[in-house]
Amino acid sequence: MSVRHALLGLLSEGPKYGHQLRQEFEARTGEVWPLNVGQVYTTLQRLERDGLVASDDAEAEGPQKDFRITAQGQEELDRWLRTPPDLTSPPRDELVIKVLVAVQLPGVDVREVLQVHRRYLVELMQQWTRLKEDEAEFDLALALVVDAELFRLDSVIRWLDAADGRLKRADAEPAAAGAPPPVLRRRLAVRR
Amino acid sequence: MSFLELRDVSRVYGEGANEVHALQNVNLAVERGSLVAVMGPSGSGKSTLLTIAGSLEEPTSGEVLIDGRSLSNMSHNDKARLRRRTVGYVFQDFNLLAGLTAAENVSLPLELDGTGARKARDAAMAVLDELGLVDRAGHYPDQLSGGERQRVAIARAIVGERHLVLADEPSGALDSANGEAVMRMLLTACKGGVAAVVVTHDAQLASWAERVVFLRDGRVVDQTVPPPSPESLLEPSVQP
Ligand SMILES: Nc1ncnc2c1ncn2[C@@H]1O[C@H](COP(=O)(O)OP(=O)(O)OP(=O)(O)O)[C@@H](O)[C@H]1O
Ligand SMILES: [Mg+2]
Repeated sequence: MSVRHALLGLLSEGPKYGHQLRQEFEARTGEVWPLNVGQVYTTLQRLERDGLVASDDAEAEGPQKDFRITAQGQEELDRWLRTPPDLTSPPRDELVIKVLVAVQLPGVDVREVLQVHRRYLVELMQQWTRLKEDEAEFDLALALVVDAELFRLDSVIRWLDAADGRLKRADAEPAAAGAPPPVLRRRLAVRR
Repeated sequence: MSFLELRDVSRVYGEGANEVHALQNVNLAVERGSLVAVMGPSGSGKSTLLTIAGSLEEPTSGEVLIDGRSLSNMSHNDKARLRRRTVGYVFQDFNLLAGLTAAENVSLPLELDGTGARKARDAAMAVLDELGLVDRAGHYPDQLSGGERQRVAIARAIVGERHLVLADEPSGALDSANGEAVMRMLLTACKGGVAAVVVTHDAQLASWAERVVFLRDGRVVDQTVPPPSPESLLEPSVQP
């Protein structure tokens, strides 16, 4: 989460005070990302240093200081909005590693391991969904955050389901299981 | 007391080498006012479970009780009445009657059960309205999109005073906004005292339920425990 760019976004609506920026940041992210005061002011200082925001009253301190976005800041914001985040290199996912380890271990019921994680994830999704039921109708920001979380968890469950299916097929025809083909093994090795 | 109860239900299809154990010793209890989701991969027995719960099929062994009454002791007529009056069923393939409009499809179960034509139509229009379909009321199924057909099928299942709603993949052809709308409708029906079972392999849908039961190879292998309050998600510890 880029606090820097979120603050630029708020300032692109018009000049604001430091304390106002902090309140609005929390309100607009569905209050899922609480921000401490220090974080706001250090970020503002850096933005000012980089010429992305400016302040007319150089004397004022902290919460009462009035900030506005500069032309350069506006450009930076526009550029950031359209720059895709780096999704090219897969994160080293702990759950994937657990399952890869489980597959290697004799005497481990991998499908049972998958189910433990599946249930945990569904329970987590139930909590997020309940939040949507109660509040999200009234708060667009929270609804967007909750949706993002639900889709993310959902994709993990789908991966578990796919893994479950593969294991079931591999159990049915053990010959097909076994070592991955050399190309795949090499690719996986690159990431280690 | 549970409104729907499956006791040790098994179902075997075919014989000999073709024998399929679609359900094995399944126990499930659903109270009025609660929404239960059944999740499981394709072929795990979800539809079988639902058709048996809805008295559309017989278990090979075990017992189904609706409102405390065992289906195995019921006459054919009693079961038919139960299906018309008490149980709303959403089929995996919608099952709308091609010769009837959307509104007629929805009002049909009420009329079959003796409700006057006008009253049945009014009730149908009210439900169609809730599902955003009033302007499609006069359309025939082949004039509806897949998602619209699905919503009509749901309207038909919840119209009137049903106490048990059984829905098989109720959002298969719906986008996520409409899937959510369907689950909200089911939830509203539950708050009004309906017992509902939704069968799905979609975790987002299932997560609307208060309890999720996991089916694998015809067996219940696991279920969720009631989750803690969602407030815990908003505590600072969740910060990325
Ligand atoms: N009438 C039937 N005759 C023989 N086998 C059947 C019959 N109905 C279902 N089965 C078998 O019983 C098993 C469970 O089927 P069921 O339709 O309940 O699965 P499901 O979980 O609903 O799957 P899906 O997600 O694909 O709808 C499957 O192996 C299926 O082939
Ligand atoms: Mg099915």
